Amino acid sequence: MNTDSTPQSPQQAGESGRANTNDQGSTRVEESPRKAGGFFKIPPGMEDGGEHPVAQRVRERFPSAFIGATLFRGDLSIHLKKDALFEAARLLRDDPALDFDYPVHVTSVDYMGEPERFEVVYDLFSIRKKHQVRLKTRISEEDCTLDSLTPLWEGFNFMEREVYDMMGIKFNNHPDLRRILLPDEYDEGYPLRKNFPIEGRGWRDTFEFLES
Amino acid sequence: MELKEAPTVANKSLPLLRTEELLLNLGPQHPSTHGVLKVVLTLEGEKVIKSDPVLGYLHRGVEKLAETITYNQFIPHTDRLDYVCAMYNNFAYVRAVEKLLGITIPERAEYLRTIVAEVQRIIGHLFWLGTQALDIGAMTVFFYTFREREVLLDIFDELCGARLTTSWYRVGGVERDFDQKIIDALYKFVADFPSKIEEYDTLLVNNRIWLARTKGIAVISGEDAVRYGLSGSTLRGSGVDYDIRKVAPYGAYDKVKWTVPLGRNGDTYDRYWVRMMELHESTKIIKQCLDQLPQGDYKAYVPQVVAPPKERVFTDMESMIYQFKLYSKGFNAPPGDIYCGTEAHKGELGFYIVSRGDSKPYRLKIRAPSFIHMGAFDYMAKGYMIADVITIFGTYDIVMGECDR
Repeated sequence: MNTDSTPQSPQQAGESGRANTNDQGSTRVEESPRKAGGFFKIPPGMEDGGEHPVAQRVRERFPSAFIGATLFRGDLSIHLKKDALFEAARLLRDDPALDFDYPVHVTSVDYMGEPERFEVVYDLFSIRKKHQVRLKTRISEEDCTLDSLTPLWEGFNFMEREVYDMMGIKFNNHPDLRRILLPDEYDEGYPLRKNFPIEGRGWRDTFEFLES
Repeated sequence: MELKEAPTVANKSLPLLRTEELLLNLGPQHPSTHGVLKVVLTLEGEKVIKSDPVLGYLHRGVEKLAETITYNQFIPHTDRLDYVCAMYNNFAYVRAVEKLLGITIPERAEYLRTIVAEVQRIIGHLFWLGTQALDIGAMTVFFYTFREREVLLDIFDELCGARLTTSWYRVGGVERDFDQKIIDALYKFVADFPSKIEEYDTLLVNNRIWLARTKGIAVISGEDAVRYGLSGSTLRGSGVDYDIRKVAPYGAYDKVKWTVPLGRNGDTYDRYWVRMMELHESTKIIKQCLDQLPQGDYKAYVPQVVAPPKERVFTDMESMIYQFKLYSKGFNAPPGDIYCGTEAHKGELGFYIVSRGDSKPYRLKIRAPSFIHMGAFDYMAKGYMIADVITIFGTYDIVMGECDR
């Protein structure tokens, strides 16, 4: 293989694609850093973001809710327990040293098969300080609720509605939690969940055909 | 039914006229809604007191679709998000994938990307100006802006064979290089275009109807605009200096001289002014990029991720294997998650990608500026007239394909 002119990371990506594609998919679920007990391991390929000043500030204020922080391609992610998310977000907004004023986006990811199934991701940016942070929190399928951040940043209103619409995560204290992209009366579930069918439910196969 | 005595002037406790709030459905088939958008307006007379945008008429499940196809296969789907500005969607997406992979691209490719992105920004702003003026009742502007838009779309046609759904950007570079014909056409365009912008200005800045319908309409302060997550010209019209091209420069934006125009009042007129100034700035960027255009490759040589050049594929066994693997199976991205925002002409278009080491994204989220701007619609329309609602659609420059995804 010609390795001279290739940068490091895609090289690794290509190597892993060639060497251990088959076992990677299967082992990943068991080796997941998240167990129900909540210990945190930095995933392979990522750096520890615990020394980042923003992460340190959050850890000082919420030592018990702070699970860990990672750095990947320059993006800082802070993993928090769900009960402290609202207060931590308020700290990020109001602390003059952090000053996160801009709501970038809200996303949810479905890790089906893991004990805490859903991950809700909030991306924040500070226009004055020009730095970024990503808050991540895990919630389980049984208790699929989270405190809304709309009271802090109004821009999250529609974005949280979309997360509710697509993933079925309910936000407490949200002013207007309705479906947004799908019709209000839609009752076939939440499309971005991994168990949502992507090829129809087979009802076409039940059609009767006329014999000629 | 029991008849009641009609109210008289003497009986002051009863109102002379019955007033009540009126619920009005605007859309989804209204020509000014730029797609299929419905807004439920609560009116008091002609004044809007509450508005509730009903989205989703163009929802196609693009984010779900992305989880079932490889990274490269998703590029054409980004064309269909904001279908009047396909190039910028491609750009935002390939940048996000490149950030996930951690690859850098050759300098010439960065310049080519910047030039085409700015051409696309001009096309977007011309489209916006024409339709915004048309919504407000000035029909002539539309013909003038589409005249120049046509010139640029012809350049795209020459470049990649398509005018709207272009798919010219690739992970690691671009699909093909400029030829001399395109460079000449672009030089001719940037020489002519400033006089054309003056022409649009003469049609509008002294037009009393245009001024009456844009000045002081849909005012939003800088702090509110930031809290609502507005971006792009809509944010800069309120005087907030936030442009990703300056904050986190990509492409060749840090190698050329240009400024970020900022509005003062945060009304529709200031947003119009900001966009007109951006036309001038884009012209400057294209001119400087063409002058500085370096020689070199237009694609990174990372054969595991980027298709090797055809000459190598036909002569070299390794390249042929890579080509075959890439088009049959795709490449595996390293596990991790990234967010990458790009300053598209509507605002911050961002992609959040979660990878678990497969050749397909585990989750792909599109931060669509049109969707987030619609979140501030109720706040901005409150207290204005029904006719101004149309102006607000225009001032956001919404495209429903991107809003509903």
